[in-house]
Amino acid sequence: MNIKTLLAGATLAFGIGAAAHADDPLKVGFVYVGPVGDYGWSYEHNEGRLAVEEAFGDKVETTFVESVPEGADAERVMTQMALSGHDLIFTTSFGYMDSTIAVAEKFPDVKFEHATGYKRADNVSTYSARFYEGRAVIGHIAGKMTESNVVGYIASFPIPEVIRGINSAYLHAKKVNPDVEFRIVWVYTWFDPAKEADAAQALIDQGADILMQHTDSTAPMTIAEEKGILAFGQASDMINFGPNSQLTSIIDNWAPYYVARTQAVMDGTWESADTWDGIEPGMVAFAAMSDKIPADVRAEAEQMIEDIKSGAYHPFTGPLNKQDGSAWLGEGEVADDGTLAGMNFYIEGLAGDIPS
Amino acid sequence: MIRLEKRPEPSQAWTYVTPLLAVLATMIAGGMLFAILGKDPFVAIRTIFWDPLFNEQFAAFSRPQLLVKAGPLILIAIGLSLGFRAGIWNIGAEGQYIIGALCGAGVALAFYPLEAVFIFPLMILAGALGGWAWAMIPGLLKTQFNTNEILVSLLLVYVAEQLMASMALGLLRNPDGGGFPGSRNLGDYPAASNEELIAGTGMHWGVVAAFIAVIFAYILLNRHRMGYNIRLAGQAPRAARFAGVNATRLVLFCLGLSGALAGLAGLFEVAGPAGQITIDFNVGYGFTAIIVAFLGRLHPVGILFAGLLMALTYIGGELAQFMLGLPAAAIQAFQGMLLFFLLAGDVLTNYRIRIGRAEVA
Amino acid sequence: MDLSSIDPILLIAALIVAATPILLAAIGELVVEKAGVLNLGVEGMMITGAICGFAVAVETQNPALGFIGAALGGAALSLIFGFLTQYLLSNQVATGLALTLFGLGISALIGQAYIGVKPPITADLDIPLLSDVPVIGPILFQHNLMVYLSLGIVAGVWYLLKYTRVGLVLRAVGENHDAAHALGYKVVRIRMLAIAFGGACAGLGGAYLSLIRVPQWTEGMTAGAGWIALAIVVFASWKPWRVLLGAYLFGGITVLQLNLQAAGLKIPVEYLSMSPYLITILVLVIMSADRSRAALNAPAALGRPFHASS
Repeated sequence: MNIKTLLAGATLAFGIGAAAHADDPLKVGFVYVGPVGDYGWSYEHNEGRLAVEEAFGDKVETTFVESVPEGADAERVMTQMALSGHDLIFTTSFGYMDSTIAVAEKFPDVKFEHATGYKRADNVSTYSARFYEGRAVIGHIAGKMTESNVVGYIASFPIPEVIRGINSAYLHAKKVNPDVEFRIVWVYTWFDPAKEADAAQALIDQGADILMQHTDSTAPMTIAEEKGILAFGQASDMINFGPNSQLTSIIDNWAPYYVARTQAVMDGTWESADTWDGIEPGMVAFAAMSDKIPADVRAEAEQMIEDIKSGAYHPFTGPLNKQDGSAWLGEGEVADDGTLAGMNFYIEGLAGDIPS
Repeated sequence: MIRLEKRPEPSQAWTYVTPLLAVLATMIAGGMLFAILGKDPFVAIRTIFWDPLFNEQFAAFSRPQLLVKAGPLILIAIGLSLGFRAGIWNIGAEGQYIIGALCGAGVALAFYPLEAVFIFPLMILAGALGGWAWAMIPGLLKTQFNTNEILVSLLLVYVAEQLMASMALGLLRNPDGGGFPGSRNLGDYPAASNEELIAGTGMHWGVVAAFIAVIFAYILLNRHRMGYNIRLAGQAPRAARFAGVNATRLVLFCLGLSGALAGLAGLFEVAGPAGQITIDFNVGYGFTAIIVAFLGRLHPVGILFAGLLMALTYIGGELAQFMLGLPAAAIQAFQGMLLFFLLAGDVLTNYRIRIGRAEVA
Repeated sequence: MDLSSIDPILLIAALIVAATPILLAAIGELVVEKAGVLNLGVEGMMITGAICGFAVAVETQNPALGFIGAALGGAALSLIFGFLTQYLLSNQVATGLALTLFGLGISALIGQAYIGVKPPITADLDIPLLSDVPVIGPILFQHNLMVYLSLGIVAGVWYLLKYTRVGLVLRAVGENHDAAHALGYKVVRIRMLAIAFGGACAGLGGAYLSLIRVPQWTEGMTAGAGWIALAIVVFASWKPWRVLLGAYLFGGITVLQLNLQAAGLKIPVEYLSMSPYLITILVLVIMSADRSRAALNAPAALGRPFHASS
């Protein structure tokens, strides 16, 4: 290990990182928390991996390990990837955070990219997507289109990422439809098709005519289609499962980021960074808008997308109160990233409590 | 017609030969599976069984990792095997493992950030006690109400899982964790951390405990009255009763011990390799250990090897995924086959195969 | 909070849908256990049934054939278990667990070509007149055929065990295989048939998930349903109608929990989720405390290996 670290230091000192072996393909590894066949979170990361292969052809070699439990197993998989000559490793679950940091410390010459975490090092970057931007847009559409004024929301775990999404969607639905009401079901799982289907059914039974989900399977979309109501997809384009139901879908599009970071390693320009990208660079994308969306609503939605892209509009702009009525943002004030990252409260108007 | 004739004594020779045959059969059947999936079967088999041990690039790392992965499996399986020998079926070790981890981590987090030498021993105690108490539920229900321990222990796994989810999101949630579920990482808390004892060997206290458990179980079974009672109760329950074996005590001893060992395994895992309580902290060690116990033929030394073999297929399977692009599912199916062949092989140890007509139909 | 938004009629209809997969798997396992065999591989057989049924239904565009394929797939997998435990006398607990591992793997392998595919729709039954009766109509007469088939299987198993010679022999084998053998019954053959039946039912339960309740294929989609089925058999103290009750209760708690949340009621989700298991343990204790009754129900030879010359 000592010699290896020494050598690594030497290569770094001479400013010839992985790019030194120009003939060897760059080895890029991916660690997934679920099976690539989940058609949700891990599936989209794998699509990003395929995009890297597509973009660089022979110049890269990509590998992946799926269904890796967080903790000791993840740490071992990362270490073995590093040992077997990978130059860049993407670890794609929040729970890999501490493992990524620990392994990165041992392999200073290998670059790590950790999704959705907040711990960084000289050779560890973090990246995440501002999905709440996408949720603002679908909230707007939902507010305009609901007839029962009940929107069903299938939520996974009460963590900031999910709470932020609920707030953003509700805020924008409420803006265009003061009577709108959000029904929220916490399923305490990211991926359990049967339970998600049951939750969708429960929401529909209680009058929801539009569904949103923050879980990974396509089950809610399938149920929406079957029951003839509308729904928004999550993570990937779920049009196959809801040709009549899907209004649009918020797509996790990791491809541009993965390609850019791989390129950076090739060029030797890679640096540790904290990326929290939204619609503008394309990390948050939308599936084709359904014809069911009236033309004016569609135009408004597209305008909102443009405004968010250009920075003219931030989804969390004051005046905004918290659920208990206390002031959060003043007139024209924009939420700072720190508060957003740790968001643990509902905004005014939402019913119910965040489970704890 | 082929029929089986029970051997008076399990065959010594076959005991050693059948595992090798089973591994060989798995390599052939698994190789066929890999070939169907379009991979070179020889390369795949070599990657799974050979590379983790001898690949010059990373074997130095993966060899010690075998111990890390096998440690909890062996520790739990040793405890279970004693009960299995006596006909006492604890299949809820997964739940006891979870509770042990919760109790141990709970103690550590209660003292955070105090640095004191008594914390780690206290955690060990809490982990063992937690697992013991969780196993005592089916134990006491069995002795008091004659309730089936297989089912109660299994059901309690799900209760434990929900309890852990609640803890990870509530009581034990890291207050500095940005609202994400999961406890503090004990790896950053030296007084509570179960570190590698000698760098680069994979040896942590859990692995040490596993080795001690193997020796302890060996002595218990061969040299101690309780061990004799366990074996007697399993082989001839009626005789055991006449010999004055206290069935209640035996049930409580076996369930309690297996629970305590499973709890310890959970504690060492959460304090060491895993580092923190999360919603998905448990990864099935408790269930896999049941298979390990049987693969090891309920013998302490056999369990030691079975645990290492299981660990090898996990680690080799990961290598095969990123080196050859084999899907995780293929590895799972491959492990399933290995278990089938090993379990099937048992028949040769305990029975003679006779070809010819049976005397009694 | 708005409890009035929960419609009890829809709730019951939903709980039937949620309960049917575990009901099918549990009634199959009941027969297996009645024959004295403990097969812990229900989860593996369910998921194999889910993909076999899905694949056949997609290839033939016929859901009925899909369900037949699911039953065959589940039965085929269960026969691996049967062969190992009945002919090679391997340990049932370990073999069952290995079966689950193998089933999860093999189903994911078969399923790789079916990710993101939409299955043909299994139509709901729409009986004229009956389906339109208020209250009873939506609860009883607007389901798909599989729901009625599952009820039929429960009734059939009940009748078979209670009133027929086949049932008597099956119970005899499960109570005391040596005595049954001495009476000239083919213990191993009977158990193999019971195991195959259990596998077929589990397969149907899995296909109900992949073809009707969810309907789609995703890896690991049974998410523990097989283990719940095992618990329900015990909860039911090996009685077919109580399996029905147990499955519907379990489905009911799941669905009710989600509905209460949707209605805005603050409930501790984790604690409600563990309640079915705690209730099952309680029922177990009550049942087994009454020694005379417990002895009547639990098959005495459950999980014991049988070898003719021993």
